[in-house]
Amino acid sequence: MILPKLRVLKSHGSQYIPDLNAVELTKEFRGRPVLSEGGDPKALEAASQLCPTGAISTAPFTLDLGRCLFCGECARRAPQSIRFTNDYHIASPTREGLVVRPGQEQIPFDEQAIRPEVRKYFKEALKLREVCAGGDASVEMELNASGNVNFDFGRFGVEFTASPRHADGTVITGPISQNMAEALEISHQAIAEPKVLIVCGSEAISGGLFAESRAVDRSFLEKNQVDLWVPGTPTHPMTFIDGVMNLLGRKKRA
Amino acid sequence: MKYYITNNRAASVLLKEIPEAGYAEFFADVDEKLRDEHFHLGHYFALPEDEERLRFYCLLLDDRTGEVLIASHAMEYYDESELPSLTARHAEVHPFEREISERYGIRFSEMPWAKPLRFPFDRFDKRSSMDNYPFYTMEGASLHEVNVGPIHAGIIEPGAFRFICNGERVLHLEIALGYQHRGVEHAFAATRNRLRQMLLSESIAGDSAIAHSTAFAEALEKLSTKSLPQSENLEIERIVALELERMAMQIADTGALSMDIGYQLGQVACEALRTVVINTTQAWCGNRFGKGLIRPAGTNFPLTAEKIALIRENVRDVRRRYHEVAEDLKSSPTILARFEQCGIVSKQDMVQIGGVGQAARASGLGRDLRTTHPWGSYGKKIQHESLCEPAGDVMARLLVRCREVLQSADYIEKLLCDFNPEAASPKPDFDFSLKADSLAFGLVEGWRGETCHVVVTDHEGAVKACKVKDPSLHNWLGLALAVRGEGISDFPICNKSFNLSYCGHDL
Repeated sequence: MILPKLRVLKSHGSQYIPDLNAVELTKEFRGRPVLSEGGDPKALEAASQLCPTGAISTAPFTLDLGRCLFCGECARRAPQSIRFTNDYHIASPTREGLVVRPGQEQIPFDEQAIRPEVRKYFKEALKLREVCAGGDASVEMELNASGNVNFDFGRFGVEFTASPRHADGTVITGPISQNMAEALEISHQAIAEPKVLIVCGSEAISGGLFAESRAVDRSFLEKNQVDLWVPGTPTHPMTFIDGVMNLLGRKKRA
Repeated sequence: MKYYITNNRAASVLLKEIPEAGYAEFFADVDEKLRDEHFHLGHYFALPEDEERLRFYCLLLDDRTGEVLIASHAMEYYDESELPSLTARHAEVHPFEREISERYGIRFSEMPWAKPLRFPFDRFDKRSSMDNYPFYTMEGASLHEVNVGPIHAGIIEPGAFRFICNGERVLHLEIALGYQHRGVEHAFAATRNRLRQMLLSESIAGDSAIAHSTAFAEALEKLSTKSLPQSENLEIERIVALELERMAMQIADTGALSMDIGYQLGQVACEALRTVVINTTQAWCGNRFGKGLIRPAGTNFPLTAEKIALIRENVRDVRRRYHEVAEDLKSSPTILARFEQCGIVSKQDMVQIGGVGQAARASGLGRDLRTTHPWGSYGKKIQHESLCEPAGDVMARLLVRCREVLQSADYIEKLLCDFNPEAASPKPDFDFSLKADSLAFGLVEGWRGETCHVVVTDHEGAVKACKVKDPSLHNWLGLALAVRGEGISDFPICNKSFNLSYCGHDL
């Protein structure tokens, strides 16, 4: 009875990542794109036409990470203009911050955009209630993973709660289906002021593939101020952790 | 009755080649076939053929021969006559008839539980809404109702569970879904951008991205007007991806089950093991869920010698460590006491409700497309043996998981040990034209079970409809049956032991 457990323990060893700031993802990972002017305009136009969510504009040339699903097809069609790096530091407190321009070497983190009460009350501990509203379960699993034995976000006092009454804010995933819009509203209202609102995953940020769908209702985002936008399809746990740590002022994007 | 007889490897079929029967004949024949447990419905749906007619297509799967029997019947769009319900005789038809009825206003006579299925935005009856779902009720001084959801305690998808209990004991559970409805099927038909369609298939159920995107890609390829390059490597890569997904999710659920009974060692060990598997997928294709890996007619990520070595090494390591976890779980009396004899679904019930996948196999019903309707490397390089457990309880569903992880690891090793990276797979092709007025399907055994995509094209060869069947569609009823008679506090482990998809159901 005890021997099998010892065997599991021994093989398990130590799994947590001691220094999350030092984490580097595999080079295949598609994170922050780098845009370059002067590439083949025809190829870029074709890539922009192909983009399933219309994330690429050609005049002026930009790529919106809030819409991007990170499929990487544009970089294959227009390699002179678009290249994806494995930089996962792509969360932003402003929606505009997610729009990448040519030559840009990082996603800016606009400190001015952060409401003072966020850092005043939540810097040392932030409890969040996640509401999935049409999410496909991948972002949800990655948020679960941010608290798992590897990433252990809980060590910084950031955790998910079962009840909105115990939470300091809401994390929304999914394009916000019509059938969940009311429940999301009720859950967010149940959180005491001041509260934080985080939008996680490209589908939540822009609606993604479902932006035009008549089955979604995104009016919630028009009525409420968002504190952090976290892109990804799904959002990598490190993107989420990095974004929240920056939001709380416990990390600075260099 | 006449059927168009095909299989999971054959090309598409012209719509006009699918025999059309009168409803009475259709009813009698399908009724008779479904009495035999070797037959079950792969799909049954209605599509407007033109402005006048609604045509119903039915895919019957024969588990003995591997054949897929396609039949159809039709009615005038504005014909208001009722059709006799097949659900009354075969519960497995239930979700299909509910869908047809909800979407097109077709009335099935004597249909038990004629209720909405998912409240789609384009439903026939706009008055029907989430707020007035007709829950079953019971009266009695000693009974009470418990409502859970749509938002649940953890970071999971939404759905409403209504329990009717006598004290702690659950008499009845009804599951109302639809909160996750995004209009997926509508979105497939609304675009001609093939890349967008592929990404849609990847987002039907994020934890089954490989299974769904493979089913869709295979259906598309069967519709191609030109012959696409045949590549054994591509076949193998798709199967390796699918088995990696299966390993990751079965391990995740082993961990989730451990968590729900407070067994931390099992939980954290499985969390770490799942991380290794999904990071392996990420090192292969840049995404931990394999999004981007499956593309029509080719791949952007052909396996290289270096990647093969990494996958083999990680899979071997996970196999060894997971085996230790499984042995530990099986030898811990406190764990067995919670899982055994809990949440039993009998084989007979599973057959009746059309249960599929690992949940069905845990009730002794060996349905597995890898054996019965093979595609790709199955039936060629791999002769799949369906893994069954007879007990039908939570433990059985866990044991099937434990065994499948090891089996998947062995398959990956077998497929990769003599893989030749020199014969690189072709690049994806997003532009091949599709046969007009045709139907093709992709049947893939994902980690949850039978995943079916039926693609129908219009006069110009554009995708007119992609009808999706996630294995959860039928298995949700299995969960409702599992908790009958159990303590309500056993619901979480019963739920985890199935781990069904909400978005795959709601589409």
